[in-house]
Amino acid sequence: MALKLPIYMDYHATTPCDPRVFETMRPYFTEIFGNAASRNHQFGWEAEEAIENARRQAADLIGASSKEIVFTSGATESDNLAIKGVAEMYYERGDHIITAVTEHKAVLDSCKKLEKRGFRVTYLPVGSDGLISADDIKNAITDKTILVTIMMANNEIGVIQPIAEIGKVCKEKGVVFHTDATQAIGKVPFNVSELNVDLASFSAHKIYGPKGVGGLYVRRKNPRVVLVPMMDGGGHERGMRSGTLNVTGIVGLGKACEIAKQEMPVENERVFSLREKLRKGIMDEIPDVYVNGHPTERLPGNLNVSFAYVEGESLLMGINDIAVSSGSACTSASLEPSYVLKALGVGEELAHSSIRFGLGRFNTEEEVDYTIGRVNEAVNRLRELSPLWEMVQEGVDLSKVQWAGE
Amino acid sequence: MAYSDKVIDHYNNPRNVGSFDKKDPSVGTGLVGAPECGDVMKLQIKINPDTQIIEDAKFKTFGCGSAIASSSLATEWLKGRSVDDALAIKNTAIVKELNLPPVKIHCSVLAEDAIKAAVRDYQQKQTTEEPKPEEAAVNA
Repeated sequence: MALKLPIYMDYHATTPCDPRVFETMRPYFTEIFGNAASRNHQFGWEAEEAIENARRQAADLIGASSKEIVFTSGATESDNLAIKGVAEMYYERGDHIITAVTEHKAVLDSCKKLEKRGFRVTYLPVGSDGLISADDIKNAITDKTILVTIMMANNEIGVIQPIAEIGKVCKEKGVVFHTDATQAIGKVPFNVSELNVDLASFSAHKIYGPKGVGGLYVRRKNPRVVLVPMMDGGGHERGMRSGTLNVTGIVGLGKACEIAKQEMPVENERVFSLREKLRKGIMDEIPDVYVNGHPTERLPGNLNVSFAYVEGESLLMGINDIAVSSGSACTSASLEPSYVLKALGVGEELAHSSIRFGLGRFNTEEEVDYTIGRVNEAVNRLRELSPLWEMVQEGVDLSKVQWAGE
Repeated sequence: MAYSDKVIDHYNNPRNVGSFDKKDPSVGTGLVGAPECGDVMKLQIKINPDTQIIEDAKFKTFGCGSAIASSSLATEWLKGRSVDDALAIKNTAIVKELNLPPVKIHCSVLAEDAIKAAVRDYQQKQTTEEPKPEEAAVNA
């Protein structure tokens, strides 16, 4: 098969809708258009049936029961609902929340907003491998702690936190445990009982479903978690999320979950071998390349690497027929390099030099071969252009230089 | 973010990449920016001692495409100018020529700073008899 350009290798940002998902959704745009809340006619019943089928598919993927799935507009909404919903529900029990500095902004900014309302939030640091330990959580829990929220897989560096151990600690201490599992559910095995998770956010478009739909797992037994809704209205989703259900999107989410469950073992092995091929193809050829985050405790499709002495955005320009992302400040709206990489203690200069490759379902070996060639060529060219590379070759210690810009 | 054609051209075909011997008394070296900020430019000018005209210019840049383009363009503009004329190059002219968006204006500022630093280094060399230690060029 001929190589088709540009190549998509940014599967943490979003994924294409699987054609099987799209075909499943298709009739729900025009033919089966009913409102799932219409209880008195065929159109409504059909929509409701589709919703309940999707709910089962989502629940099956994570070992939950159907009644524990709340559909939302996506993982950002799920995170907001989980965190603010718990805070508002349980504020009489305590005012303390624990999270980590490398969380997604949907979690961090929800926590910040709660701080303004008087809650206290502990932002735990992570190790240089990006991981936190269950002991860190245990030590941070006080008798005022009402919520621990720790993501399962990081969206930038792909590291997978020890969720089962953290879940165990939270259960022992009787603290509600939320995990933003947006990058994990559908990508790695996830079971709410084994992990002792009380709340889990997920999203369809990260797992080959459509954008604009996601879900929140809300535990119903041991303990029963109750949330104060963000959205008031018709009392949909057991009162936790009012608003007419996005039937088409939810059907897509369900199908995406079903496919993920069936194909995960085979797909993970394939994606992992592509990732390793890419990693070796780059690191065996180019010196001074560093993997960011734990080398093995990470998503099979994630490779986040820093190419020392080469600035990330210029590297993206050099491989402009391959879609990846960078932790470089120049690629962010804030002009700050990645806060996740900074939290790992990666120097700012290496944060500026980072590239995130996200491999997924539709990547091929040919694409990886092509990418290796393009990356290596671009890095070598940019290093020839780099005064830092030249200084290092001359034996200058860059850390000892008094930079004019500082 | 879309780049202008001129930025892409300079990025793909950077002019005057390379280095002169920074100890050469006819060479002025400017090194500006910092790795932590994501931009470091090294810009060098080689001046004919008789005519005081910049005969050649070279650069190396660690930074985004706009930073590379700004410094590449600067070396093009520097050649054939007198030292005084070199100092007349303003960042706004670079912004205009490369069509830089507001968020990339700092790249052009850095290029202007690099020109000034290179000229200063050259002028300092002319007033001091002793060859400066290696660190001094780095400090420029």
